Amino acid sequence: MPELRQVVCMKVVPKPEEIRVDYETGLLKRASARSEINPPDMNALEMALSLKDFYGGRLEIISMGPPYFEPVLRAGLAMGADHLTLLSDAAFAGADTLATTYTLAQGIRKLGGADLIFCGEESSDGATGQVPPGLAEWLEVPQLTLLTALELDIECRVARGRREIKGGYEVLEVPLPCVVSVKTASNEPRFMDYRRQYWASEAERLKVWNAEDLSADPDCIGLTGSPTTVSGLAEAASRERRRQFLTGTPSELATQIAELLQKSL
Amino acid sequence: MVTSHYSPQAENKTIWVFLEQQDGVLEEVSLELLARGRELADQLGWTLEGLLLGQHVAGLAPHGIACGADRIWLAEHDLLEHFTIEAFTQVACQLLLQKRPSVFWLGATPNGRDLAGRLAVRLRTGLNADCTDLRIEPREGLLVCEVSGFGGGVLAMIEMRNHRPQMATVRPGVFALPHPDPSRVGEVISMEIDLDPAIIQTRVIERSVGAGLNLSRVPFLVTGGRGMEGDFKILEQLAQLFEGEVGATRPPVDEGHVGRERQVGQTGVVCSPKVALCCGISGAFHFVVGIEKASLVIAINSDPEAPIFEYADYCVVGDVHEVLPELIAVLSGQQVTYA
Repeated sequence: MPELRQVVCMKVVPKPEEIRVDYETGLLKRASARSEINPPDMNALEMALSLKDFYGGRLEIISMGPPYFEPVLRAGLAMGADHLTLLSDAAFAGADTLATTYTLAQGIRKLGGADLIFCGEESSDGATGQVPPGLAEWLEVPQLTLLTALELDIECRVARGRREIKGGYEVLEVPLPCVVSVKTASNEPRFMDYRRQYWASEAERLKVWNAEDLSADPDCIGLTGSPTTVSGLAEAASRERRRQFLTGTPSELATQIAELLQKSL
Repeated sequence: MVTSHYSPQAENKTIWVFLEQQDGVLEEVSLELLARGRELADQLGWTLEGLLLGQHVAGLAPHGIACGADRIWLAEHDLLEHFTIEAFTQVACQLLLQKRPSVFWLGATPNGRDLAGRLAVRLRTGLNADCTDLRIEPREGLLVCEVSGFGGGVLAMIEMRNHRPQMATVRPGVFALPHPDPSRVGEVISMEIDLDPAIIQTRVIERSVGAGLNLSRVPFLVTGGRGMEGDFKILEQLAQLFEGEVGATRPPVDEGHVGRERQVGQTGVVCSPKVALCCGISGAFHFVVGIEKASLVIAINSDPEAPIFEYADYCVVGDVHEVLPELIAVLSGQQVTYA
């Protein structure tokens, strides 16, 4: 039986609770926020690692982004991944979903493909969840999205996943290889293995590929490969609220709230 | 530049809405999209058309027309009984290429997102996901999608000039439901489709779907945050007094105190209750977008500087663990007894 080959797509995002908006300019003060691995991607990594615990094989992390992603992503190596590939090129910048999924697909092809390609449900900064199906389409493989559990039948080369849908779940089965997206918070990502940290920091754990390395079609990457453009930015005009403060003892406050509720409901 | 399968020059001035159905019922979000589509189609003199795929779903078409569609493109096939990504992508793609609508919208449901993500790549077009508003610029017919950026504080307007269809997804509850008019007239056109069973790689092994919880239209929403310290029982009690439901910010959901289907905000549900009561919630942007449509917001927080008070009509400075038991007592006409 050939070894199980897994790729986990990961993204580095600013910590949402540390993002501040400059109300004068309506812009984000990105510098004020520290970076972290997109939390849903940690659930994807954990699902892949638990399969690796059982079946062995090789687990590769792939990410598209600037060089400063690298130290953040090495945490994934310390958790148990075997190798990290960073797709990094100024020409990749400004990519929307179409260009991003194309670039990731090229990277995965160059890695030699995989039996399972994992993604988080969505990114905490974009929160759109469109990468997994788009990636599956570029790679021409089936997909299992929003999974809370996954099992494999290695002999028959099929994956069977439990998928969250509105008001319930379904169990779907597809042949390998396939793209899997993992439902956020569906598992508890393991801690880094501190004994792996030095190993994880070594230079040979990392490959950096640019557009030429990927033989990427220049028409399909970055801004050029992105059909969508941002035509304007605006500060979210939050609705004006009354902002009337109520004070008093807990029971006085409770009486005032009760009156408001009874009047309004 | 990557080119889409048809260009703006080849488009028809129509708005298409994917009419998602589950077990013979149209999804509310599809109807909400019809309502918004009707407004824009009337402004522009365009037509509004629904795409309805399934096995025995023709009976749903009249409701689509009553909710605003001028025309329903209907494709029925045994292989469309259950949603499989391969079959639905194949059929939707065929019909889109035949009819070339300018605009195509889908609900941001699990299946709607999967279908949108596949189709956008297959058609080599753009996709704006989770839009908070949709407009069409009348001169060039450009779809302008409003999406909320990082944490919800910034809105970005996104458009695509050279690619068709102009695709977008919208989450449930963003647009209002239409008032169906059964006397509206429209046509239902049944389409011949070509569907090869060999392309379907997904097997549905098991499926279990209940009524599901829909927070988006609950009249009384009691939400709790970190400040509840995991005590959601008391919020349930309070919600029940007015037949309301409990919602939460992300941390209590992540910590397992509340189910994820109750998460309110940018990555959760957008709600439009009569009253949103926010208990022990600091007021991060990505939560606040979920209660922005509330008619009345009451917030309880012990910190008078808490950002949630910026978004509240009534700002109650107090400890939730003290105020809430009193509130339940007052509402149920009892005295609070302290042990």
